[in-house]
Amino acid sequence: MPQAIAAVNDFVVKFANVNGSGSASANELFARSILRMGVPVSPRNIFPSNIQGLPTWYEVRVTEKGHLGRRGGVDMMVAMNPQTWAEDVKEITPGGYLFYDSTKPMPSSMFREDINVIGVPLTAITNATYSDARQRQLFKNIIYVGALSVLLDIDEKEIQRLFGEQFKGKEKLIDSNVKAMNLGRDWVKQHVDPDLVKLKVRHADNVGDRIFVEGNSAAALGAVYGGATVCAWYPITPSSSLAEAFQSHCKKFRHDKVTGKAKYAIVQAEDELASIGMVIGAAWNGARSFTATSGPGISLMTEFIGLAYFAEVPAVLVNVQRGGPSTGMPTRTQQSDLLGCAYASNGDTKHVLLFPEDPRECFEFTADALDLADRLQTPVFVMTDLDIGMNHRLCKPFAWDESRVLDRGKVMTAEDLEAGKTFGRYLDVDGDGIPFRTYPGTHPTKGSYFTRGTTKDEFARYSEEGPVYVRNMERLQKKWETAKKIAPQPLRYSSPKPTRFGVIYFGSTSPAMDEALDHLEAEGHHVNALRVRSFPFAQSVEDFIHEHDRVFVVEQNRDAQLRTMLLSEYTLDARKIVPVLHYDGTPITARFIATDIATKLGQFKVVSFDKAAS
Amino acid sequence: MTYIAKPRLHHPSLVKNKAGFTRRDYEGAVSTLCAGCGHDSISAAIIQACYELDILPHQVAKLSGIGCSSKAPTYFVGASHGFNTVHGRMPSVMTGANLANRDLIYMGVSGDGDSASIGLGQFAHVMRRGVNMTYIVMNNGVYGLTKGQFSATADKGSISKKGVSNPDSSIDMVSLAILMGATFVGRSFSGDKHQLVPLIKAAMDHKGAAFLDVISPCVAFNNHAGSTKSYDYVREHNEALNRIDFIETREEITTSYDPGTTKIVRQHDGSILRLRKLGEDYDPSDKVAAVKRVQEGLHAGEVVTGLLYVDPTPSDLHANLNTVDVPLNTLNAPELCPGTSALDKINASLR
Repeated sequence: MPQAIAAVNDFVVKFANVNGSGSASANELFARSILRMGVPVSPRNIFPSNIQGLPTWYEVRVTEKGHLGRRGGVDMMVAMNPQTWAEDVKEITPGGYLFYDSTKPMPSSMFREDINVIGVPLTAITNATYSDARQRQLFKNIIYVGALSVLLDIDEKEIQRLFGEQFKGKEKLIDSNVKAMNLGRDWVKQHVDPDLVKLKVRHADNVGDRIFVEGNSAAALGAVYGGATVCAWYPITPSSSLAEAFQSHCKKFRHDKVTGKAKYAIVQAEDELASIGMVIGAAWNGARSFTATSGPGISLMTEFIGLAYFAEVPAVLVNVQRGGPSTGMPTRTQQSDLLGCAYASNGDTKHVLLFPEDPRECFEFTADALDLADRLQTPVFVMTDLDIGMNHRLCKPFAWDESRVLDRGKVMTAEDLEAGKTFGRYLDVDGDGIPFRTYPGTHPTKGSYFTRGTTKDEFARYSEEGPVYVRNMERLQKKWETAKKIAPQPLRYSSPKPTRFGVIYFGSTSPAMDEALDHLEAEGHHVNALRVRSFPFAQSVEDFIHEHDRVFVVEQNRDAQLRTMLLSEYTLDARKIVPVLHYDGTPITARFIATDIATKLGQFKVVSFDKAAS
Repeated sequence: MTYIAKPRLHHPSLVKNKAGFTRRDYEGAVSTLCAGCGHDSISAAIIQACYELDILPHQVAKLSGIGCSSKAPTYFVGASHGFNTVHGRMPSVMTGANLANRDLIYMGVSGDGDSASIGLGQFAHVMRRGVNMTYIVMNNGVYGLTKGQFSATADKGSISKKGVSNPDSSIDMVSLAILMGATFVGRSFSGDKHQLVPLIKAAMDHKGAAFLDVISPCVAFNNHAGSTKSYDYVREHNEALNRIDFIETREEITTSYDPGTTKIVRQHDGSILRLRKLGEDYDPSDKVAAVKRVQEGLHAGEVVTGLLYVDPTPSDLHANLNTVDVPLNTLNAPELCPGTSALDKINASLR
């Protein structure tokens, strides 16, 4: 028997449950109670594409240091699902803990020699107290939370407070939940050696003013703050909760106080083709609009995305990425739609992508995307993913500048037209590649034009003349250059010591990368880091690459898609850009990144790049 | 034939409507469609309808998909914004546009390829959502721009110009529109402007999803013997159930009508549809009877035309969504953004 794992405020507990058994809220209660003790947690749902009956897991990383990426490894397994017992037991780190329902005796062959086992007769306790089947199911979950609170030293008062907030005004429910919690607590106190479990939670002060929220809800709130009035969508995992959150935020904030009427319109379209069509129609007509979808939805929208690019109609698409290709892994995470979105549609097209790292940036970038789409008159993608979108993540609180106005971009008004300003829908008047537009119905005799996906001249007249076409394409390229300057700029994190090595990463990789940089630094590997936050890449991305001999590009896909985009945008020696790829559907971990980079660094140091190239 | 510029100056004696525009103010660019194309007659009927309705030209938004018919919006109401979208997807773009600004008049123009084949799904859903619009299908049963393939509205057994018999059943857009929830459905013929113009006017005035299936012969590829969408065939088989007069609210009815020959449908906004019966007794407000009559016509090889179905008290998408009375595209940050104090509360609730 290896030594029992001992840790304070730094361990991973994984719950193995059955989908639809009501475990989700109990598990979230567990995570929140630790958070309330001032200790950061990072929970992740690992669930199948299923409604009821299949296995589901909830992994909570308790991390006083605030490492919010997935760590990997399980210190304690709460094994509540007989179906997955064998694999769950196998996953526990030697010296770790197995918590299970010991109501039915189990043969010793079902256990492992190198782990600590805590059996609590949950079913027996539950059945002795409750007769109703539904109550039995729900309270059994609360009973195990109570039991765990004693084993891990979680402050019961924090759990009680959470019950109070959750069931405010429903005193009976508060009492019955407290009672269930105490059933678990009392049993453990009477029957389990308090020193058996050496994983403990202690009060700390490391949460600060941070908030705990899901990226999808945050992005939806960003759409509300960013002034979106039209949302058209089609249900698809893992983005559906984004549109639903937009609905609930709007119910709260967007109804006229006098008439009760809605200052928004949400349409659940017949498919993704229709949802993007509605978004484009609304934006063409001057309303801010967006859709939320995932990879397969983007595939369907591709034709319309090309229209919006070429006809220069704003559109915001939040892509909550999941595992591809095709239907792929609907409930797993990946960053594998970069190329599909960046170059969506036929012909020479390219699109603006934003890469939020967490819910806070989901909020910020969705609001920004609405401004950017109007400013640039083009589709803008917010590239979030399941890991950010469907998990609660601790992040900086949302912030908003009260003086911020909606940037509607270059829109010619009736007054402008009346004053005799020249209106050419596709005429670049000031060199940024962005023309003026008019909203339909602006002026009785001026400013109307025909919007089309075919080629046209500066005044929106149909033309297939070669020079006219080339002029237009070159202007679009100029607009692309403008986008580089106004999209969210990359953030650089410099190593304390000079180094020849750099790493580029983006999106949900962020917390794991931060932690990996700490690991690498601790091992004496110095690496500068650049978090790319948008495409087209800002000039500083190219500068960063040129500054280093080797640049690792960390991504959660097989084909090194961001690397491909870097190589296509810049003239580079491809050998210099080294892919670090994780794509099994689970969120990338610091351990993976640090190990992979350290291994590769070791290889490079044998023969330095300069020597090899000379 | 876009190189032929239309004269910009209009003759001073042209009669202006109540909005101060002449009929020519509702025209668009010169058509590039084939001489004799039914679509041009429909464009002319739209121009006439807009002129007679005293519509402000810039208050119209014209949307279309891809195909000969979808080129037509260029040829009418030139002072309005138009959007030539992608094939079969105009309904969704029109839905979005309508959501953004409920005050404009939406005219969707499509063809049988655009709406009955690739766009059948969006066609069905735009009707069921009750988008306040006039949706016209210029129906010629054939793909013109790609030179004469059958479309999904071509009747089974009809013969193509190359002599091939159509093996597939046809889709009846009128029956479909009624079943999908359109609240104003008519069929007409491009060659009968006396029937078509009032139908377009009434459709444009209708505050809900209005659909017109207009048989519009393709002179290049579908106007031969054996076609059931040719001028000759439609003229011979046209079974007009009624002729309508569209009367706006402000006009008072001074004459009385014989209920045996005339039916009055008073719409929710007070406007009146006066239907002159042609032969049989037909009640277009009876949805079930409407579908039955249209299907009987199909069975008998008739082209049943006229106002086929109308719900005098329609509801539209905005009513269903309970949106504010002003266009959503006029709302700005003060109305839309909840501000920092609300955000502070949200932050507090997430700790």
